Amino acid sequence: MGEMNITVQIPSALRRHTGGAAKVSCSASNLNELFSALDEKFPELKPHLRDDSGQIRRFLNVYVNEEDIRFLGGSLYVFKDGDEVLLVPSIAGGLV
Amino acid sequence: MRYELRCRECHKCWGNLPQSICEDCFSPLEVFYDYDSIRHDFTREKIRQGPPNIWRYSALLPLPADHSPSLPVGFTPLIKTSTLASQIGAKTLYIKNDAVCVPTLSFKDRVVAVALANAKSFGFDTVSCSSTGNLANATAAQAARHGLKCWIFIPADLEPAKILGTQVFGAKLVRISGSYDQVNRLCSQIADEHHWGFVNVNLRPYYAEGSKTFGYEIAEQLGWRLPDNVVCPMAGGSLIIKIKKAFDELMQLGLVEPKPVKFFGAQATGCSPISTAVKLGNTEIEPQKPSTIARSLAIGNPADGHYAIKTIVGSGGWSEDVSDPEIVNSIQLLAETEGIFTETAGGVTLGCARKLYKQDRILPHETTVLCITGNGLKTTDALADKYESEAPIPAKFAEFEKLLDREFEVPVAMRA
Repeated sequence: MGEMNITVQIPSALRRHTGGAAKVSCSASNLNELFSALDEKFPELKPHLRDDSGQIRRFLNVYVNEEDIRFLGGSLYVFKDGDEVLLVPSIAGGLV
Repeated sequence: MRYELRCRECHKCWGNLPQSICEDCFSPLEVFYDYDSIRHDFTREKIRQGPPNIWRYSALLPLPADHSPSLPVGFTPLIKTSTLASQIGAKTLYIKNDAVCVPTLSFKDRVVAVALANAKSFGFDTVSCSSTGNLANATAAQAARHGLKCWIFIPADLEPAKILGTQVFGAKLVRISGSYDQVNRLCSQIADEHHWGFVNVNLRPYYAEGSKTFGYEIAEQLGWRLPDNVVCPMAGGSLIIKIKKAFDELMQLGLVEPKPVKFFGAQATGCSPISTAVKLGNTEIEPQKPSTIARSLAIGNPADGHYAIKTIVGSGGWSEDVSDPEIVNSIQLLAETEGIFTETAGGVTLGCARKLYKQDRILPHETTVLCITGNGLKTTDALADKYESEAPIPAKFAEFEKLLDREFEVPVAMRA
């Protein structure tokens, strides 16, 4: 399976590390490849997306076409051409 | 500075600003206080002289220096139960009753009061939130009081009373086709682009501190003592960790004797990401797709879940969950024994407490507080099929006597 062209939305807080870009195009077939592609494109972004041991940060939620990637298989999910990826810091509300 | 935001994980200081996430590591920001500078303003005596509402604890709330409270909020009753306690195998059992919190009958009035004080000082003219209902009501009401514009985002299938109870305050209500988690994700995106004060997004660190007043009140109303156990409903998981923070602060500042308190989390089985993690011994949340009548707790991806697990496990507590029929039965039991009509979340809390007593995780003689956080009048649809509408009788004494003969039965929830 080849690499797919996907679009990544960058939260405003991180845009200073992407030269102001709010949307970034990447080629990747899964989550690991996507983050590696982002690491390569924007080395300054890397410490924000990964912790010291290289793991993707706990409080970063990843959505694919508005669905939480954990419901799609997480790191096993295979991107499709045209997928739109959202990076959203985890925030809750609700009653308590 | 009396208080400021710091990252919970990397501890970077951010000062005071409308932001909930550490831009370095994406972890949540938390309000940290300079306790030494506050110590003399936060004493039993000064609190006793304060107003009979949450503002008596202002010294330990993140409030702007020029803040003057405009609305009495909180200081709800702490009730020692007798009939309920004997029904469920307890001895010293209290209800902290935020079903009667003012102005909108849920504990969310507390958090919104603190959030809006900060919204005004940060210069927002529009406030907003994503909500499962109670927060919508609280935000809309207090925005009206403060003269702020208000936009509320809710899942489309919310209870009618919670929808009407938002619209009546003049708020702009946006119903979203989807779950709360989807509404919440959308609000994160909106907050990223619009300069609005989202109480539970960019104002979240301040907002969440309002929950501490629930814990301060429990301790003060117990005569400046801490309970042995607290049973707390969990949606995003924030309340339980803020009650612990309140107790920790009271111990640190010498207002109560130090003692270990066990924290017990309550969820609906149909949305139980936190209790599932506790039962499996996990420290991280696996998100769920909620399916429960306890819609105020229907958050499948709780942002504070990780910290709620730590609070529960670290205290030696536990987490339980209950089915929809158990929730309804417990709503009825609380109403029939103590005269308190709670919403579905309260049924979750009592239902889980009943299990915890049965499991001997909570012992009868221990002082235990159940957190009742919302009012049953907002979720009457949960009980819709539980009561038959009585056929009318003629206005004749003899007819009433006949009715009386038929009526001597034990209430439904007590038969179980």
